[in-house]
Amino acid sequence: MDTITTSKKEHKQLDPMILRDDFPILNRKINGKDLIYLDNAATTQKPWSVIESLRRYYEYQNANVHRGLHTLAEEATSAFENTREKVAQFIGGVKTEEIIYTRGTTEAINLVAYSWGRKNIKEGDRIVLTEMEHHANLVPWIVLAKETGAELRYIPIDVDGMLQMDNLDQIIAPDTKLVSVTHMSNVLGTINPVKELAERAHAQGALMLVDGAQSVPHLQVNVKDIDADFYAFSAHKMLGPTGVGILYGKEEILENMEPFNYGGEMISEVRFDHADWNSLPWKFEAGTPNIADAVAFAPALDYLNDLGMEAVREHEKEITAYALRRLSELKYLRVFGPTDVKHRGGAVSFIDREIHPHDLATFLDSRGIAVRAGHHCAQPLAKRLGVVSTARASFYIYNTMEEVDKLVEALKEARRYFCNE
Amino acid sequence: MNEQLDELYRDIIMDHYRNPRGKRKLDKIDIRNEGKNPVCGDEIEMQVELEDDKVKDIHVGCMGCAISVSSGSILAEMVKGKSLSEVKKIAETVKALLRGEPVPDGVDVGDLEVLEGIKQFPVRVKCALLSWTTLVDALESHEKGKDVTLSTTE
Repeated sequence: MDTITTSKKEHKQLDPMILRDDFPILNRKINGKDLIYLDNAATTQKPWSVIESLRRYYEYQNANVHRGLHTLAEEATSAFENTREKVAQFIGGVKTEEIIYTRGTTEAINLVAYSWGRKNIKEGDRIVLTEMEHHANLVPWIVLAKETGAELRYIPIDVDGMLQMDNLDQIIAPDTKLVSVTHMSNVLGTINPVKELAERAHAQGALMLVDGAQSVPHLQVNVKDIDADFYAFSAHKMLGPTGVGILYGKEEILENMEPFNYGGEMISEVRFDHADWNSLPWKFEAGTPNIADAVAFAPALDYLNDLGMEAVREHEKEITAYALRRLSELKYLRVFGPTDVKHRGGAVSFIDREIHPHDLATFLDSRGIAVRAGHHCAQPLAKRLGVVSTARASFYIYNTMEEVDKLVEALKEARRYFCNE
Repeated sequence: MNEQLDELYRDIIMDHYRNPRGKRKLDKIDIRNEGKNPVCGDEIEMQVELEDDKVKDIHVGCMGCAISVSSGSILAEMVKGKSLSEVKKIAETVKALLRGEPVPDGVDVGDLEVLEGIKQFPVRVKCALLSWTTLVDALESHEKGKDVTLSTTE
């Protein structure tokens, strides 16, 4: 749930116009127009500090981690582990042993499905998901259920795109071993009550995994407060580089899990016929990790910390509320997801009743506006909504109200172009 | 500003999009196939009536973007009275146009020419190809006496 309190406590205001100078790509022209980047749910743009950090790493620090006894190796290791500490603080002050580097949210969830799932899920067990999951939190469980004979159950959504919580006892029943739910939908923007769901899961002896790919970049997240057993997210959706993801897992659960990959780094002792596993978190980090990108994730976290996640969330509520209001003026649009920004983030999916989303996206691109069109890797949800694909505008810290206005103007123009209006 | 866009959405394409040919379902169906591009969500239902191994009539029911609908509509207009080898040759021409390659000899390009603008939009090429692949698959399978139920260009 939204963790922002409505007390009169002062919080920092965020000014997108000032921030924009930190993001060089926003100066680009697309088809002769100023770039209006509204595809932040797919990936965000990167500030200078992150770009510089990547360059600096290769210029000054590059070495392999955890092994060498030379200065560069020590520096690289320390920078790599420094990011892990920052991540542990960023999501509520957990132990660094509980922070595992992965390639992204998808790999983090696959790690759990493979290492925890294959040991703990048996025939007849139940795995509970929701109808709004991204394929990343869907396909690993479909495969696991097929392999083990486990049963998948889905918490349904209502007309506003919120989870229907009234029949939960039937769904999160005693056989349930895992509840795995997105914290924020990448299609509907819905913020799910993951804390309540974790409580319900734990009451049945099940574990709770939260897909935080869309939430950690936009909300203040405290995994301890949620009491999540696993929490997964990606650096590239929160100003950081691609190729770095994080799996948080409770220490005692990770301790009892087998490794995901085998090889160097994840062992403590290897003989010709036997190997012992390294301690946490390295047990799960076989091979040379993505050092440079992990190191460059630190300035992204610093950037968000400097802004304050409350300010990030406030800005997003403001711009999303404005976008929802402006889009609702266009009667030929159908806009999906909750209408109250208290319950949603800044991913806004919509369709024009007469223009196919791909034609719309191509048209908007000709105006310099980048939106996503498609099923957004959530095909079952699209089917549930009765559409095959939607257009999606998704906002971040550097987006302005003027950009929303330009989007609305371009959508009107598209009607004139395609529908002769 | 609209120049490149107008290349993609030429008047003829928009005309086919707004009034697609081949909309009427057939009473006598010899071959049936479906085309789907799941990532886009484009879907085509195709029915063919044959006479002497030539396409006598065709139904193209397309739910999709302007490019896939208009390409399917142009197809419906062009393939009537054509044999499998002739249809294949037209389909090859479409592919060549979409890739900016020289077109095979002996094909009357006709309305197909308007598809050329799509080559500047590589992600849309598969939209334009869907109906052609769906038809060629259907005719080829029919010739070999096999069943086909689904085609895709993704």
